[in-house]
Amino acid sequence: MTGEPESAANKPSRWMIWLPLALFLGFIALVMIGLYRPAPRDVASTLIGKPMPEFDLPPGLPGRPGLASADLKGGEPHLVNVFASWCLPCRVEAPQLERLAAMGVPVEGISVRDRTEDLKQFLARYGDPFQRIGADDDGQVQLALGSSGVPETYVIDGKGVIRYQHIGEIRAEQIPMILEKLEEARR
Amino acid sequence: MTAEFGLAALWLAAALAAFQLIAGSLALTERGAPLAGAVRPVAVVQGLLTLIAFVALILVFANTDLSVKLVAMNSHSMKPLIFKIAGAWGNHEGSMLLWVTVMSLAGGFVALVERRLPERTMLATLAGQAFVSLGFYAFLLISSNPFERLPVVPVEGNGLNPLLQDLGLAFHPPTLYLGYVGLSIAFSFAIGALITREVGPAFARAMRPWVLGAWIFLTLGITAGSYWAYYELGWGGWWFWDPVENASLMPWLAATALLHSASVLASRNALRAWTVMLGVVAFSMSMIGTFLVRSGILTSVHAFAVDPERGSFILGLLAIYIGGALVLFGLRAGTVTEGQRFAPVSRESALVVNNVALSAILGIVLFGTLYPLVTEAFDTKVSVGPPYFNPMGAIFFIPMLLVLAVGPLLRWRRDSLGRVRKILLIPAAVLAVAVVALLIFSDVKVLPFLGLALAPALAIASLVPLRGRNLRRTPLATWGMVVAHFGIAVALFGMASESAFSVERLVAMRAGDSTEIGPWKVRLEAVEPVAGPNWTALEARMVARYESGSGTTILPQARSFWSPPQQTTESALLTRWNGQLYAVLGGETPAASGPGRWQVRLWWKPFVSMIWYGGVLIALGGVLAVIGRTWSDVKRIVARDKIAYRRERQGR
Repeated sequence: MTGEPESAANKPSRWMIWLPLALFLGFIALVMIGLYRPAPRDVASTLIGKPMPEFDLPPGLPGRPGLASADLKGGEPHLVNVFASWCLPCRVEAPQLERLAAMGVPVEGISVRDRTEDLKQFLARYGDPFQRIGADDDGQVQLALGSSGVPETYVIDGKGVIRYQHIGEIRAEQIPMILEKLEEARR
Repeated sequence: MTAEFGLAALWLAAALAAFQLIAGSLALTERGAPLAGAVRPVAVVQGLLTLIAFVALILVFANTDLSVKLVAMNSHSMKPLIFKIAGAWGNHEGSMLLWVTVMSLAGGFVALVERRLPERTMLATLAGQAFVSLGFYAFLLISSNPFERLPVVPVEGNGLNPLLQDLGLAFHPPTLYLGYVGLSIAFSFAIGALITREVGPAFARAMRPWVLGAWIFLTLGITAGSYWAYYELGWGGWWFWDPVENASLMPWLAATALLHSASVLASRNALRAWTVMLGVVAFSMSMIGTFLVRSGILTSVHAFAVDPERGSFILGLLAIYIGGALVLFGLRAGTVTEGQRFAPVSRESALVVNNVALSAILGIVLFGTLYPLVTEAFDTKVSVGPPYFNPMGAIFFIPMLLVLAVGPLLRWRRDSLGRVRKILLIPAAVLAVAVVALLIFSDVKVLPFLGLALAPALAIASLVPLRGRNLRRTPLATWGMVVAHFGIAVALFGMASESAFSVERLVAMRAGDSTEIGPWKVRLEAVEPVAGPNWTALEARMVARYESGSGTTILPQARSFWSPPQQTTESALLTRWNGQLYAVLGGETPAASGPGRWQVRLWWKPFVSMIWYGGVLIALGGVLAVIGRTWSDVKRIVARDKIAYRRERQGR
């Protein structure tokens, strides 16, 4: 059982030895392209540029108007805020919405899976910037809007077309950006 | 305080790793030789320091210290304790710390016990190990410090992604990490062996337990991950060829190949350069996998661990380590002498077929995973799915299975097929019967057909190596091989049966309605709200009856978590010996179709659980092999010491 003599044929050839390195360099090059090229990676709603889906939501609070898609076609741009009293980031963005409302921006609300009592308390405590509040109790409108969570805010132009979707809470430093989007929607 | 303490331990450990690298490299030269004695103790202390840092992080999480940024971002005071602790590694920074901890502990353990290799190779190995750790320390301390404090302490934390609040998943990433880290040790051994040109059986024996250990954890990790995706995502599938899944599969394929080629090197001193290269490739695959998952370069269902900047950092590490190792390989492989030769029909050849097939499948999976990136470079978005992976993989998987049936029966070096022909008659007959039965009694697609036909024959063939042996004296490592190969047959049967015979139904049901699926009758009793510690849910109470048997209650839920707000489905599973009933509660149907009707999705999946039983059997085979190998190594060392001692006493 002694070993047989070494044979040259069994030795890997020169280029075979460097093949793994070449493949690896190819991988690195590919990944560099993917990583550093400014590719459109943000989740853009497929609904941008499309008209608001048709809906007619009952009022979230008794005695206040509900929200229907027809309300958004009056020629003025609107801000539609999808929120809920049980959502923590919504509390964070409440002052920003108040400021926008104070600047004269029409802010509409869609409250998702909420209870009247909770909603009342939420608005009393964190401010009520909304002209109308539609109650989306089964989350159907939220789904139709392609919204994945709360809060989300949509800029709707005067013809009821979605121009911009903001995912997550609006922070104080984002107010100018939102105003700019509204200005664009006016054009 | 605890956080600062942990951070200090981490910095100290990093400093020791730098020292270990320098001392280990210098000790290889003549003038630095006195430093050699310091390398092993330093490796051990370094391991202990990282352990201290990791314990500090767990304490910070258990106490919900919200002044630590990581806790505030990922935890919440109203979370069950077990998930608070699991939250320590359920995020990027914590999981990297876990990685480093396990890696340094493993390095310390190697330094403590490994005595088989020549001391120079050992020094090179430990220096290489320190070099790899150093990169990860830099990564942790520079770009992802887990102990960072917040200037203002928040009132409450952000919570943990509810999808991750699940016991199975709490232990899924650590399991995979143990696997990746084991491969990093194998990588260090390969580097050490290349530097000192000591590629031989001793190197293979020293590396093998680490590869085996890594492979066991990878097997368990993949099995558990697949089961998690199966019941938690509520899609009824068990493997999606998702980039994250592929990222865990690729190191497993490389480790499986390495395992087999290392056994050729250990027993026959053949396949030297190939084994060293697989050692490099296996760890490369774990790093590439981690990179693909963490950088967010590929979009995936598991998109909860994504950050492009960190991606660049990992890419840098990847380029240094893997690029460096491959250059070293290129320079040294020419001088690594080729080992013993063997005939075309021999155990070695069968293992070469196994290696080639596994490498080919690895290449196919890697290519399929990266292909969307290639096309994205040319501005086209594609996604590659089962229609590519399944048939392409099968091209190599099926020949490999056939060789798997024969290989373990062959002798090393030279054999003839004539000798084993008789033994193989039984599995061949079983294969023929299965083919005929399938042709007559069912019409299934090609791949499930092949799987169903091959599985029983493979199960029997995997047991054949035990034939004619005294079962109690059969080495544990042989038992390990048999059990693992049997596990492959079991898993294959599960996969094929699931894809051939599954039935699915989507129904809208009112309370009191009944429906049928396969052999089951399912009745929806009621849908009621329930509450958990940090979620509320709608729970459907359903009674399922198998044929005319008695009813069993199953409770699928649609859960809403409130911090962070998110909805998940908790599917309900009912397992019988011959399959699983799988139920998912969807939403309430729109009011137009009448009130109180619920979307319910049902699957009957015959023998689906075999997939995971098979996975566990494969891992069990690995465990047996590790125990057997380690035991026989220890016995050999003890015997050698005894002989040396006697010789000394007799004055020879």
